[in-house]
Amino acid sequence: MLGAPLDYLLAFLVGGLVCLLAQLLIDLTKMTPARILVVYVVLGVALGAVGLFEPLADFAGCGITVPLIGFGGNVARGVREAVSETGLLGALTGGLSAASGGTAAALCFGYLVALFCHSKPKCP
Amino acid sequence: MRTVIRFPVPVSIYARASAVGGTESDGPLGALFDFHDETDRFGADTWEQSEESLSRTVLNLALARAGESQDAIDLLFAGDLQNQCVASSGGCAAAGIPYCGLYGACSTSGEGLLLASLALSASPALSRAAVVTTSHNAAAERQFRLPLEYGGQRSPTAQWTATAGGAFLLCHASEPFSPPSAPRITACLPGAALDSGVTDGANMGAAMAPAAADTILRYFSLSGESPSDFDRIVTGDLGAEGSALLLELLRENGLDLQGRHRDCGVLLFDPLKTDVHAGGSGCGCSASVLASLFLPALERGELNRILFLATGALMSPSCLLQGESIRGIAPLVVLESGKTGGEK
Amino acid sequence: MNFDRRRYLERVKERESKSPVVKNCFFAYLFGGGICTLGQLLLSLYLFAGLSERDAGTLVAVTLIFLSALLTGIGVFDSIARIAGAGTLVPVTGFANAVVSPALDNKSEGLVMGVGAKIFTVAGPVLLYAVLSGALYGVIHYVVALFS
Repeated sequence: MLGAPLDYLLAFLVGGLVCLLAQLLIDLTKMTPARILVVYVVLGVALGAVGLFEPLADFAGCGITVPLIGFGGNVARGVREAVSETGLLGALTGGLSAASGGTAAALCFGYLVALFCHSKPKCP
Repeated sequence: MRTVIRFPVPVSIYARASAVGGTESDGPLGALFDFHDETDRFGADTWEQSEESLSRTVLNLALARAGESQDAIDLLFAGDLQNQCVASSGGCAAAGIPYCGLYGACSTSGEGLLLASLALSASPALSRAAVVTTSHNAAAERQFRLPLEYGGQRSPTAQWTATAGGAFLLCHASEPFSPPSAPRITACLPGAALDSGVTDGANMGAAMAPAAADTILRYFSLSGESPSDFDRIVTGDLGAEGSALLLELLRENGLDLQGRHRDCGVLLFDPLKTDVHAGGSGCGCSASVLASLFLPALERGELNRILFLATGALMSPSCLLQGESIRGIAPLVVLESGKTGGEK
Repeated sequence: MNFDRRRYLERVKERESKSPVVKNCFFAYLFGGGICTLGQLLLSLYLFAGLSERDAGTLVAVTLIFLSALLTGIGVFDSIARIAGAGTLVPVTGFANAVVSPALDNKSEGLVMGVGAKIFTVAGPVLLYAVLSGALYGVIHYVVALFS
């Protein structure tokens, strides 16, 4: 009823692998985290564009959708659907609409955290 | 400057004080500092104001040690890492002391001692000068790097901007109020900004090592002295990475420091206890270690003569992103124990 | 001083202490995989509660973002991330931290010019390139559809 054990295993294995690849990029190429995130989100859009994102997401579930690739995949899906419905304008409206849930959540929670919390000194 | 500046009448450091934050007070030198605040806040609400408060605190501690008030100080040289040196102007200069703000990145402590000595030597009308330098980890992270709560891994070559400050009160060694044991500045040599070629903002040690090597080599070639004339050759904050590079550069140029080299950034933290990577840095790193470790050793006569080079990486985040490499600088002062009368 | 900049840079590179790659990768895998598994659990829960596939997916992201924001707010996210590395960076938790941490950090400069103006200083590039590449794909998709 709460999904097959295989779903969890695949989410763990694939999600872990996606993160491991990013860690290798950080450690071996000195790529900054900001660049990694940009690469991953664009990769997600590209996977969605060539039609690979959905099969991957069906296979690995949250192992693909929870990493930022999923954010990109969502954007691609949103754009595709919007273009089909409203034409060229959908190229502009589809992406943010599909990503609106996560983005708005981050903004709202960010604001609330800023209101109620204080930054602490870093400890090494 | 192509020549070592020697002071006919030495300048004495008649009082000094240090103050640090929590991480620094947990380090190997923790017990030596005059003041520490476990929270790093120094009673203020924002990190920028915390550093102002740190600056004020450390100057007041030095004044208290000398039994003097702020009115006694004729001229203040102070600096920090914040834009326009706001911690210094807001912290200790706000009391109305005539003030020269300094920006030498982490080399500011050495730059301040050098300029204050020059000013005192140039004008007999000046009787007391103060040098105060501070750095605050949180204020520096905010200005130069990423938000404090941002979750990232630091590069293994990165250094830790120390939350620390040092204050020094200087006068002519001939002044009657200068204690006989007070350490003296007998000579100095300004640093030259040297382009290290390093473009990695997380490897400041490597960016500063060539400048330190340059100043040391110039000093020994101009003065005719050798490392054996000194008990210690102290650098500001090269860290583990930069220290090794410095010794290699010097050896290549035919100079062996014979185990006399110490680095304040390495001394400030215990690498096994705190994960600060290559060591401490910041204006307050060299200032607090000088004020709490080396000056007291000179006062007690345990050390007779040291070379002190504060090291600075003159780094701008924007220029770094534009692909410019980091220039380093390392001003040098010769410190001698008052106990030996300063002769070689 | 005898200083050959090119040789010096080679030496700097050579003796630079290296990141503990194996350890970092192990923890990145563990934490990254763990967060995705948590996502999967949440997804199953929301589906079980009767949400549509799409809403459940969105709510998973929102929940993880909430948890990440909370951990950032109480000051433990950065401590976890120091060990987890890409394991917390790459999942949507990293995006949330990139939005929340500058908001929190710049609170001292006010709610408009501080929190408001700085909230995207770290996560801005992600949003920009997601929208930009999405729009590009949309145009291509539109043109391809015209000719097919």
